[in-house]
This record gives sequence, structure tokens and C-alpha cells, in this order.
Amino acid sequence: MGMFSNRRRSSDDGSFRVVTGAFAALVLLAVAGIGFELSRQSMLSIRRFGMSFWTGTTWDPVSGVFGALPFIWGTLYSSILALLIATPIALGIAIFISELSPRFLRQPLSYLTELLAAIPSIVYGLWGIFVLVPIVRKLELSAPDAIRKLALFKGPPLGVGMGTAALILAVMVIPFTSSVAREILKNVPTAQREAAYALGATRWEAIKVAIGYGKSGIIGSIMLGFGRALGETMAVTMVIGNNPQVTASLFAPQYTMAAVIANEFTEAADDLYLNALVEIGLVLFIITIAINALSRLLIWSMEKRSSRPMAIVPLLEEQPAQ
Amino acid sequence: MRRPKLLLTVLLVTTLIGCQPKEQSSSPSTSSQAPGSTITINGAGATFPYPLYSKWFDEYQKMHTNIRINYQSIGSGGGIKQVTAGTVFFGASDGPMTDEQIKAAPAPMLHLPTVLGAVAPIYNITSVTKPLQFTGPTLADIYLGKITRWDDARIAKDNPGVALPATDIVVVHRSDGSGTTYIWCDFLSKVSPDYQKRVGVATSVSWPAGVGGKGNEGVSGLVRQTPGAIGYVELIYALQNKIPFGAVQNKAGEFVTASLDSVTAAAAKAASSMPADFRVSITNADGAGVYPISSFTWILLSEKPQDKERARVMVDFMKWALRDGQHFATDLHYAPLPKAVVDQELAALSKIQL
Repeated sequence: MGMFSNRRRSSDDGSFRVVTGAFAALVLLAVAGIGFELSRQSMLSIRRFGMSFWTGTTWDPVSGVFGALPFIWGTLYSSILALLIATPIALGIAIFISELSPRFLRQPLSYLTELLAAIPSIVYGLWGIFVLVPIVRKLELSAPDAIRKLALFKGPPLGVGMGTAALILAVMVIPFTSSVAREILKNVPTAQREAAYALGATRWEAIKVAIGYGKSGIIGSIMLGFGRALGETMAVTMVIGNNPQVTASLFAPQYTMAAVIANEFTEAADDLYLNALVEIGLVLFIITIAINALSRLLIWSMEKRSSRPMAIVPLLEEQPAQ
Repeated sequence: MRRPKLLLTVLLVTTLIGCQPKEQSSSPSTSSQAPGSTITINGAGATFPYPLYSKWFDEYQKMHTNIRINYQSIGSGGGIKQVTAGTVFFGASDGPMTDEQIKAAPAPMLHLPTVLGAVAPIYNITSVTKPLQFTGPTLADIYLGKITRWDDARIAKDNPGVALPATDIVVVHRSDGSGTTYIWCDFLSKVSPDYQKRVGVATSVSWPAGVGGKGNEGVSGLVRQTPGAIGYVELIYALQNKIPFGAVQNKAGEFVTASLDSVTAAAAKAASSMPADFRVSITNADGAGVYPISSFTWILLSEKPQDKERARVMVDFMKWALRDGQHFATDLHYAPLPKAVVDQELAALSKIQL
């Protein structure tokens, strides 16, 4: 306190640095605190199951045997599928809005895609149950037998299952990825495009240059979508079928980590059971951090390889004239 | 101009940071009562009886304006945990506390049945118009994944004259932990040793077959959406939403459709052999006209309360709820307690040391 009130000894810059630094430290503290508390509250389960918690496939609250593999699998599989569906669409939207769209369409289009992000996930879930599930079931029923024999499409046509969950997740992820990617493309200096045109590039080639310039930022936008998909709970649990199993089939009901916590936490009275649920949270926490770290590494290595500066948003550059 | 402003902001922010924890620690979670002021009692637990409990508390507060009873429907497990830890004054649960949980509690917990619930099988077969009939073992084998077709001989045997479709059965169960699942599994475990061995009884179990829906609305939504599906929901939910449901064979061999009367009948039978602590399962009960998938729901009160004033209020409230409160039950589609059980409970309330 004394330091802040004494203007003679510290400049405004110094106190400003300390305050903002304190806020930044708060984030670190929160992350460390979450990690510590999750570990502390799952001690029973960590001691009992050790590493077999990560590889076990049985989740049986009655006999007190807990393994998280089906949930880990379901979370990663659904998020990766959602990413595969959402990324091309989201980038397509971003490129169209920032590079190709007629000016009068730009604002409404950006607004509408961002509106998708504002819809509560329970609404997505209900829409999933009542609209998407019947459509998916019809598709599943009409799939020819030859396709139904493939591992990817095995199982009864329920409508609910991994495929439906991935579709819902994709819709939910698109606005995040596309709006960040759009901002990145918008901030590519006009000089980059003009240089490309000057060298005789076509429209498409100039866009490719812009994408290349913003590559690390675009990857960041994809990872943001991935993080969103990993943690999504309500919409997923309503359409995924909630059956813990490890299978590649898109028709099969499966389960995710976030969904099992939301589903079972309130009624879990037994200590080991509660500890196991908290440990699922810990596993999700570790996986999320690991994936974010990996994507950081990916971006860093890309920036290193390329000789030109790849700042995500080059603030000091002039904005492209609109 | 700019600098003082920034300094002020900095000061403000740091003061805020400095104050926050202090403020939190200085406001105690339970405030002491001044004489004549409002008495606040907090409870938490089961979601199933929540609509009735809030009606009860509301009516009771109208008569006693200086009393406020708050109830949080956080789930039975949470209710047991919180009342054991002493964070709430009373708990509520759809399943009785286990012996282990009772041992862990600081004082004996009085289990007071408040009202009755039941679970009914629902299904989606458009070609069948009259209610289907199920025996317990058949339902168990459907949920074990042993009976997989609607035209299975065992279903056909219980439904003479009904043209059952030659389609797969899609099993739907609750995905969230729930008293409904507890009662359903309790019944199926009693009628099928195999079910007891492979699945067992709990608010969440490891299901051998099927898909999970969240909440009654999730299960009924999935059943309605999926041709050939079977599921189970709370009787109240089915009645309120006018969802048709099947009849289930009771211990006496009759096929009984769930109704408030057939559920109360199950409890009346239990009264004759009621254990002193009221921790009793009334699924698969003896007797004629009894619906077999019925259960009590309980309010949990410490028999050795620290706070005598609040305890006296709760005892008075319970007396009112058991006598006058019961008629609110029927309005809200809950099956009321039979008279014999009410009398047993009124006697048991004296166990609470005031």
C-alpha cells in the first residue's frame, strides 16, 4: 500500500506494472489452486486406482470400481470430430467475410455467426434432441448395409450417439473459430496483399498469402474452438447417449468427462465415488492444459521456422482500409 | 489531470483487493437470533419431493410468519452429505442412508417418510394401443440386454392378444444420478438375482445396455423420439405430462398400473412390518392392488440437535406436514402416506431430544 501512495518513489508506470502484474499472477494462482484442490479432493481415488484410473474401462458406482478411459476417449473423439467438421466451415466463413464478401453483407454475416455463440448450450441440446436426432436417425436408417458393416457405422440406428454429438459441437465451435480467424485475416497488412498483386498473383493466391501471414493466429483460433469443444457439457450430454464405451462407431452412444461429472456429481454420496468424479475433473484439467501447451509449441515452432514476424495481431500496422 | 486519476484507480483497486477476504470472513454463515426475530432453517436434498416441500414450507410460513424454511433441491446424495456435515439443519433423500453413512454421522439421524413416489415404465410402440404388461423378471432381462426384441416370447406371454412388432428394443435409462434410478434398480434387483449381481442398486449404476437421458425429460424425450424404445420415469412426471405407461406385475401376481392409490397401498402393507428407524424399501411389496415400484422419500433430522429452538420448529412443522400437509400431496400428484405410517412417525418424533 505504501508504495502506491508514495508518488515520489514510484512513477505511475511502476505502480501500473505492479497492479497489472498482480492481476496476471492471480490467473496463475487460480490455475495452481484449481490443480491443487482437484488433486487434494481426489486423493482417495488416486491412491486406490493409481494409473489404472486412466486405462480402466469400468465405471461402476455400485461396486466402487472406477476407470476413466471411456470418458477420456469420448471427450477427445467428439472434440476432434467436431474440429474436423467445424474448421473448414469456420475458415470458409472467415475468408469469405474478410476477403470476398460484398461490403453490405459483411456486418450482418459477422453478426449472425457470432450470434451462434450466444445461444445457451441447453438450447443447442434441446434442438439436438428434437430436431437433429430424428434427422440423424433417418440418415442412419437409410445407410446401406455395406456402410453399416464398417467399424465407423456399427450399431443400431438410435439417432443419439457420437456422430450427433460431434455435429452439435461443430455448430457450437464454428462461431469461435470463424470470428477469431476473421479478425486475424482483417489485420493482415494491406501491403502483404498489394505485394502479392504486384507480383501478378490472382485473387486466390493473394488470399493464400494473407492466410500464410496469419497462420499462427489461425491455428490459435482452431485451438480455441478445440478448447471449447473439450469442455462443452450440457448440449453433448443430451445427445451423446451417455454410455461409457470405447468404440470408433459414430452411431454408438458414448460419454464425455464433462458430461459424467454433471450427471453424477449431485447424487454421489459415497466418498470414493465423489473422489473418482473429482479425479475425472483433474484428468480433464490435465488434458486441457496439455493440449493448450502443445498448440503453443506448434505455434512457436512455426514462428521460428518462418523468417518473417508472425504476430497474431500486428497492432502497430495500419489497418486495411475498408 | 491524468495522473491523479490513475493513482486513484490504483488505490481503489488495491483497497478492493485488500478488503475482499476480510469482508467474507467477517460475515458468519449462521447468524444468531435475536428474540422475537425471524427463525431461518435451511435444508437440502432430494429433487423429487421439491415441489411438495416448497408448497409445505410456503403454507407453514403463512401460519407462522416469524419462521423461514429454505430448501435447496441439490439431490439426495448432497442432502445426506450436508446434513451429516452440519451445513444444513435438515436433509432430504429418496433413498435411506446406508449403515456406513449413519456411522459417519455425528448423531443418529431420524428418517421421516414424508410422501410416496413411484416409477413407471414407458415405451414407444405405435402399433399397440392398450397398455403393455410387464413382469419384473422380464423388465430386468430387458435392462440386462438379454431380451432384445419386442416380439420375444416372454413379452408376448404377458400380453395375450397384443400384436407386438418384430423390432429391436432400445433401452433408455437415466444418465444423471437419481432416486428414480435407485427405486427402479431396487425393484429389479429384488425380482432378478442376475440383475442384483450384475447391476445392483444405487442412484447411478453401470448399465449393461442402452442409452442414457438426462432427467425425466431426457428419458421421456428419447423414448418419444425413438421407435421401439423403453424407459422409466417418475409417476408424477408421467401423470403431469400425460405419458401413457405400462402395468407391472406385483408380488401377488396381478398386473397393476401405477396410480396414487396403488402406491399408497404399497406403503400401507409396509406399515405392519415397519422397522423402528423407517429405513424400509417398499418395492415388490406384498398384498393385493399394490404397485410394486413404489418408495418413500425421507426428511432427515438429527435426534440430538444442538439448536433446540430450530429443532422445536422442525418437530412442529413435521407434525403439521404429516397431518394437515398430506392433502397437498394429492393435488401435486404425490401419493399420500397411509394413516398407520403417519401414526408411527408422530410417535417417533419424540426421539428428537428437545
